[in-house]
Amino acid sequence: MKRHLVSAADLTRDDALLILDTAEELAQLSGRAVKKLPTLRGRTVVNLFFEDSTRTKTSFEVAEKRLSADVINFSAKGSSVSKGESLKDTALTLQAMGADAVVIRHHASGAPARLAQSDWLHGSVINAGDGTHEHPTQALLDAFTMRRHLNPGLGQDLAGRRVTIVGDVLHSRVARSNVHLLTTLGAQVTFVAPPTLLPIGIENWPCEISYSLDSVLPKTDALMMLRVQRERMNAAFFPTEREYSRRYGLDGTRMAQLPGHAIVMHPGPMVRGMEITAEVADSPRCTVVEQVANGVSVRMAVLYLLLGGATLNDARTDSVETAQ
Amino acid sequence: MTTYLIRNAQILGGAPQDLHLADGVIKAIGTDLAVEADIEIDARGLIALPGLVDLHTHLREPGREDAETVLTGTQAAAMGGFTAVHAMANTTPVADTAGVVEQVWRLGQEAGYCDVQPVGAVTIGLGGKKLAELGAMHESAANVRVFSDDGKCVDDAVLMRRALEYVKAFDGVVAQHAQEPRLTEGAQMNEGQVSGELGLGGWPAVAEESIIARDVLLAAHVGSRLHVCHVSTAGSVEIIRWAKAKGWDVTAEVTPHHLLLTDELVRSYDPVYKVNPPLRTAEDVQALRKALADGTIDAVATDHAPHPDEDKDCEWAVAAMGMVGLETALSVVQQTMVDTGLLNWEGVADRMSHRPARIGRLAGQGRPVSVGEPANLVLFDPAYRGAVNPDSFATRSRNTPYKGLDLPGRVHATFLRGRATVLAGELAEQGGAA
Amino acid sequence: MTTHQDSTPRPPHQVLDGTDIARVVTRIAHEIVERAKGAEDVVLLGIHTRGVHLARRLHGRLAQITGREIPLGTLDITMYRDDLRLKPARALEHTEIPPGGIDGKLVILVDDVLFSGRTIRAALDALNDIGRPRAVQLAVLVDRGHRELPIRADYVGKNLPTSLREAVQVRLSDSDGVDAVLVGDRDYTARSSQALASQPSEPHLPE
Repeated sequence: MKRHLVSAADLTRDDALLILDTAEELAQLSGRAVKKLPTLRGRTVVNLFFEDSTRTKTSFEVAEKRLSADVINFSAKGSSVSKGESLKDTALTLQAMGADAVVIRHHASGAPARLAQSDWLHGSVINAGDGTHEHPTQALLDAFTMRRHLNPGLGQDLAGRRVTIVGDVLHSRVARSNVHLLTTLGAQVTFVAPPTLLPIGIENWPCEISYSLDSVLPKTDALMMLRVQRERMNAAFFPTEREYSRRYGLDGTRMAQLPGHAIVMHPGPMVRGMEITAEVADSPRCTVVEQVANGVSVRMAVLYLLLGGATLNDARTDSVETAQ
Repeated sequence: MTTYLIRNAQILGGAPQDLHLADGVIKAIGTDLAVEADIEIDARGLIALPGLVDLHTHLREPGREDAETVLTGTQAAAMGGFTAVHAMANTTPVADTAGVVEQVWRLGQEAGYCDVQPVGAVTIGLGGKKLAELGAMHESAANVRVFSDDGKCVDDAVLMRRALEYVKAFDGVVAQHAQEPRLTEGAQMNEGQVSGELGLGGWPAVAEESIIARDVLLAAHVGSRLHVCHVSTAGSVEIIRWAKAKGWDVTAEVTPHHLLLTDELVRSYDPVYKVNPPLRTAEDVQALRKALADGTIDAVATDHAPHPDEDKDCEWAVAAMGMVGLETALSVVQQTMVDTGLLNWEGVADRMSHRPARIGRLAGQGRPVSVGEPANLVLFDPAYRGAVNPDSFATRSRNTPYKGLDLPGRVHATFLRGRATVLAGELAEQGGAA
Repeated sequence: MTTHQDSTPRPPHQVLDGTDIARVVTRIAHEIVERAKGAEDVVLLGIHTRGVHLARRLHGRLAQITGREIPLGTLDITMYRDDLRLKPARALEHTEIPPGGIDGKLVILVDDVLFSGRTIRAALDALNDIGRPRAVQLAVLVDRGHRELPIRADYVGKNLPTSLREAVQVRLSDSDGVDAVLVGDRDYTARSSQALASQPSEPHLPE
């Protein structure tokens, strides 16, 4: 595995399966009285969040604490570059504090990539969502959830499984990470959205495109509904909320068209009544809550695999000691 | 005044000849010239070109002297072989009054490294609402003939029409930064395959092409001259080719970076590749080279846009747009146009000196290299190969996309009206206005 | 004792064969039944990788002897190792605690070779997070000495005095195709895929 997790495209099939298998082992922990491992004792993990995200941040924090890492929450919201400190200075500060890993959520696409490529800090960079680019740990937890339902077992991939992702693909980092990872794991991905919410050039992505939800439902093993942010309303991506709901929302009738084994997923937070009705959200086929639990296991796996063994920081410490 | 005898220079790539420079003019050209001169230059293997003219330079002064000053910017120009630059109007304050353009013009005179021809803003404060006093800027000491809101598009069709019409009175030209603003809200890079994958806001080609299409029609309608800044797409080339075929008075420029670089570089998220208009696709690059070769695009203009490190050492979305380009322009043109066989040195002289001077109506610039003409010359060594080292730049800023890249050629000497501004690849001290 | 003096690394030689190992497993099973008074509350936990195979064999023997199914589980101690930072992160093995848990039980940890004691230290830490056994005992196939922690085995298949320059390899048919215990020079094995580091605190076996 690479030293950083910036894009789901960085993961080979072996990397991805190693993470999923490790997460599967770590998932056992949640059933124990002592939900903690000493593995990352003495490692410092910084959660650097430039954007509000209660669930992702909490999930990472739980994962870090279960591995006994020292957790520092560095909330940088509002300190955008126009006012306050630059990303570079923040990174230099974290480096000086001895961060072994930085979990970064940023509103600008590419900010984690910048950190990873810079010499501003030496620790691992874990992308917790950057702009409209990627959210690799979300894709990992989605794949983990799908595997449990559709092809359970250590070492198993998602070969031949049909995943349909519905909604604002244009602005979705979840969709981007998922198309990379799911394709790597052998799944067939179909995006369903109004043409206005699909990026230019998507015809070259490794996925199918459909403008009609109803036609793909019977051929779907996992259906992922993306959140549609209300602010898109004002930018003429679709005429009205109601029209969007009618054409691309998931209600009980549509859910009934799915094959019996199919699951309904949502990265959260859900906008009930918009892309998903309450009936679907509360149905047993909906894995939203399970996805949250799986998120902790997957993030533990990523943290362990990036930080549990020897890291670049260790090598640097060694060389300093030798120099003295 | 120091006199020079240049031995065996290849004028426009021709057979080796000697040039004698004295009294600010080319005194003699010939083989084995038997004349005395203060300094003799062995120019074997060097190409002699007329001093280059840049239609599009950001000197940043007044206002952003941390990025560039007229002095450092013109030093960079001299190092790049330029003897005249057009200083864009988007300074602070904006060059929208006679006072500001005169100040910039005077700073250029004092620096002495190359002629600085200020460009006047089309609208007050680049605001796109109200015409600036174009006539006053023209009548000032700066004698402005090129007007541009560069950085912003004059997107109001009526305002654009009026500007085109108005500057006819003094043979001016409007240089349009073609960018439809609504189509480029939140734009970060070329809209296409790469922007979709990177999740960066797209700057679609149509935002440039639709404005160019409108503007050539407007220029034809009112019978005015139009100049299109930094053409970046294959579609723009087609529209300009069509307008020229119609006989309309439309000229266009292309930057060196749009002749070489593509949006694939953005995958690094390194803001050194962030520029406006954005780097486009390989197909666009090929179309631009072809258009420059066949004359559809008239000129290479650097769009030299210096920025301090802190404006580039950050995340892509908040980084400033632009690249420095004066000191690498001729090398990039050699690599993309000469070494590829698309253009010979005569063509380079035409696109980088004659035509830009004519578009800007600069009388003493862009002249032929012949006896009696002003001694504005550059001696260029096309055989040189070396990695671009930003630390050796004269410009105050380091935001070059070519760092570490092997580019061919380098400027050996630059002469401004017979005075050396660069000798043996080093800046020559200037004693102020000539 | 080795009298080997020259510096040429010595190829591994066999100290236990398949029959020996089977006999040793049977003997340990009997000892467990005897000492644990019928093994009423025993839980066997095999430590990955070869400890798991041995635990499975012991489990089979105990079933034959006692006529009962003794609870059998596996333990992966990777996350508790004290040498994690010396190597890239390792893949985890499966930890499986029997349904009855370990609280109040006599847990017998099973491993192949007892060396520095650090693996057992890690296993004890892991147990501590899983539950509260009545007592913990240790069964090993080979005790090769050189302890670095105050840890001893309760059931030992064979005591095998070794020097630190030697490496002990346990091969079991489940993972290696053959049952055997070999001793050879560390330098010799270092050249094979069984690379071993120079400190005893390093894993005594290929993982």
